[in-house]
Amino acid sequence: MAIIVDQNKALSTSPLKISAPLGAALAFMGMNGCLPMFHGSQGCTAFALVMMVRHFREAIPLQTTAMNEISTILGGMDQVEQGLLNIAKRAKPSVIGVISTALTETRGEDMAGELKVIRARHAELADIAVVDVSAPDFAGALETGWGKAVTAIIRQLVVPAAPLPAMGKQVNLLPGCHLTPGDVAALKDIIADFGLEAVVLPDLSGSLDGHVPDQYVPTTLGGTEVAAVKSMGRAQLTIAIGEHMRFAARALEEKTGVPFLLLDRVTGLEAVDRLMVCLSNVAGVPVPARQRRARSQLVDAMLDGHFYFGGRAVAIAGEPALLSTYARLVSELGGRIAAAVTTQALPCLGDLPVERVVVGDFEDLEEQISDAGGCDLLIANSNGRQLAHRLSVPLFRAGFPVFDRLGAAQMVSAGYGGTRDLINQLGNLLMDCPGHNHEEHSHGHATAAAG
Amino acid sequence: MLKRKIQELMNEPACSVNQGKSTDERKKGCGKALVPGAAAGGCAFDGAKIALQPITDVVHLVHGPLACEGNSWDGRNSWTTGSDLYRRGFTTDLGNLDIIAGGEKKLYRAIKQAIQRHQPPAVFVYQTCVGALIGDDIEAVCKAASSRLGTPVIPVNAPGFAGSKNLGNRLGGEALFDHVIGTVEPSDAGPTDINILGEYNVAGELDQFRPLLTRLGIRLRTSITGDARYADVAAAHTARANMVLCSQALVTLARKMKEKWGIPYFEGSFYGISDTSDALRNIARMLVERGADPALLSRTEALIAEEEAKAWARLAPYKPRLAGKKVLLYTGGVKSWSVIQALQEVGMEVVGSSVRKATNEDKRKALERLGDDEEKLADAITPRDMYAMFKEGRADMMLSGGRSQFVALKARTPWIDINQERHHGFAAYDGMVSLVQQIDLSINNPIWAQIRAPAPWE
Repeated sequence: MAIIVDQNKALSTSPLKISAPLGAALAFMGMNGCLPMFHGSQGCTAFALVMMVRHFREAIPLQTTAMNEISTILGGMDQVEQGLLNIAKRAKPSVIGVISTALTETRGEDMAGELKVIRARHAELADIAVVDVSAPDFAGALETGWGKAVTAIIRQLVVPAAPLPAMGKQVNLLPGCHLTPGDVAALKDIIADFGLEAVVLPDLSGSLDGHVPDQYVPTTLGGTEVAAVKSMGRAQLTIAIGEHMRFAARALEEKTGVPFLLLDRVTGLEAVDRLMVCLSNVAGVPVPARQRRARSQLVDAMLDGHFYFGGRAVAIAGEPALLSTYARLVSELGGRIAAAVTTQALPCLGDLPVERVVVGDFEDLEEQISDAGGCDLLIANSNGRQLAHRLSVPLFRAGFPVFDRLGAAQMVSAGYGGTRDLINQLGNLLMDCPGHNHEEHSHGHATAAAG
Repeated sequence: MLKRKIQELMNEPACSVNQGKSTDERKKGCGKALVPGAAAGGCAFDGAKIALQPITDVVHLVHGPLACEGNSWDGRNSWTTGSDLYRRGFTTDLGNLDIIAGGEKKLYRAIKQAIQRHQPPAVFVYQTCVGALIGDDIEAVCKAASSRLGTPVIPVNAPGFAGSKNLGNRLGGEALFDHVIGTVEPSDAGPTDINILGEYNVAGELDQFRPLLTRLGIRLRTSITGDARYADVAAAHTARANMVLCSQALVTLARKMKEKWGIPYFEGSFYGISDTSDALRNIARMLVERGADPALLSRTEALIAEEEAKAWARLAPYKPRLAGKKVLLYTGGVKSWSVIQALQEVGMEVVGSSVRKATNEDKRKALERLGDDEEKLADAITPRDMYAMFKEGRADMMLSGGRSQFVALKARTPWIDINQERHHGFAAYDGMVSLVQQIDLSINNPIWAQIRAPAPWE
């Protein structure tokens, strides 16, 4: 059991938190033919856009209503209207997400109501799905915005249950924002192995997997089709991954009657076992041979790898779902969580195998590590690099943003195979460094080397 | 108050774009109106931060909700040779309750904690849209904090909705003029001290020209603000001459420094070989006019002759490797025309150059170097047209900022970053050689042949 400490500091130093509107924009990146727009100042968009570009190394379609002083005072609905019309004309998207920011939410605008009026006025918007999301920066963080956007897409686009007959093979997958495009692709493969068809919302593996299209595309390069979203009511089951997807999964259930299973993670032997049992039940087939083999490979990786984790101190900073995933995996391999810092005080964090979870920033992480007498490995996004350098410990980059490594989008930690690869990567870092307290562990290393 | 400041900045008499405008045009202000749904670029807060963040030893504290600092800290590529305090992100991270109750008390506590913890020579406090909207008076808080805590606390009033990034650059300059420059009297002011305005030490570029100045016995008091220390910026009023690098950002500051402290200035560039030489000549001339040893002029000419010869000699080997290659230059302002010459010197053909942020003078110079071919100067090229240029082989590579990189890369075309996120310095003689070297490495990389060939089954 962990104590959750939320100090609510006046001065946040080296923030860990990424803003909620960015999370919402990221979710829209997983819709095909989409071009989302922030309702805020130009800078709101510019900062989010640059950060996503640096992480994914891809063009990011994201626009702005470019609020100015006058529209801030008088109200910004003219800006929204102009923005929608310009986007419709220039990019011909199938979906536009309109995402509020702290600026417009502080002012207070009835976006949903005004959008209805705007749409009624303009026939050219008739064929475009316009989804509005309220995701102010001052409430929650990346996960919050992502969850709100997925919920809004479901509420505004999914067709209610009655007219849709259930399709025996369909399941819905609602991945959390801690899963990479690579993770989503891996989960789709697993689901396909059971002979099931997945509607994934949002599907970053179609848009931000890093590929070269044959022509210039001003919108997202792929992702979930609007038609597929509409048909989510046909599924037998919705699988949601990460606590922040609970609202979205529930919204889908309320609208369509499709029941949901919420998995806190899909990394780690037992966690993936739960996913397999669930898919096997839904599909009515035994777990396929390929997955059984992958499981066996994971078991072997745990046998080979546990030497390097046993007793080692690992510090983790990340959004709640990411923190949970890594903290549980490390402790399942015998590692100790020396420090855990996250962005929001969620009750589910109380179950983590750590003494305390601090809601804070990289300065808090530094203090926690110092209180714990140091650590052997740091797991955080790229903004942990200054701290890792000061402490002379390796940094394993996970979460968002990862801007100083190649392949952030392709990193896989989901499924048996993803867990195996992750154990190997973390194990290699731990093997490389003798540790901050290495006499204690030298025996373990000698055994491993001899073995 | 902010409104008056913006009006004044828009009317800048020393701005060469403004000089070419009628009174009515000037009143409309500069920069194009921001078009919803078709806008690109940062806000005024972003601009102010870019202009001031490179001051390395102070706390830069952003008073606003998370996104303003949380989504951008440590993301700009200004290097330091001293303190790295500026690389930490500080913010009041305004939440729901702060917005209801007001954030002034939280801001004061944040300033106090930052001073206690880091003992900086100063704290810069940045206003944001939300801080302004809820009516937090950062100037009053900064004033109270300065007097009670004994450390200068500088308000930077450039909320995002005030306008463009460029406007923010200027508002940043205003904060320095109003609150910083002239507040420290140095004990070591000398006859050959200069400041360079609008230089941000991106990728360590300062050290591509600072050594040249040192060889001439010229001391850079401070760059505003690349690799700057607070005390040096505060003493910038004792310099004998100012060079303005990015004219549209800080020319107002240069003019005001001239009016208040009599420091003459000129607009110049360290991008390009002859531009670097011109800049050095101008610096030397101004210092001599203000009483420095006249021998500085001949020493400068000797250094220029030596360095130019060395640079051209180092560029020569690239000619056969780059001759005839067509390059598209897509960047704002000064960089365009001054880089064209160097590219042409190694035999490359500049097939287009954007003059989006350029002054009339910039445009004239660029046009001269492009053989008066107006077609080659574009205000803006749409990504779709740009993509077509690469696909149809009308350009072999692009030099631009990160924003447009994927248009080139997805068209399987070489690209080099010449904007603020770049990782190589391209300033002065060494920098121009380095740019050509990077172009060679990029355009002659073996990947292009492989990745452009169709798959065997196509």
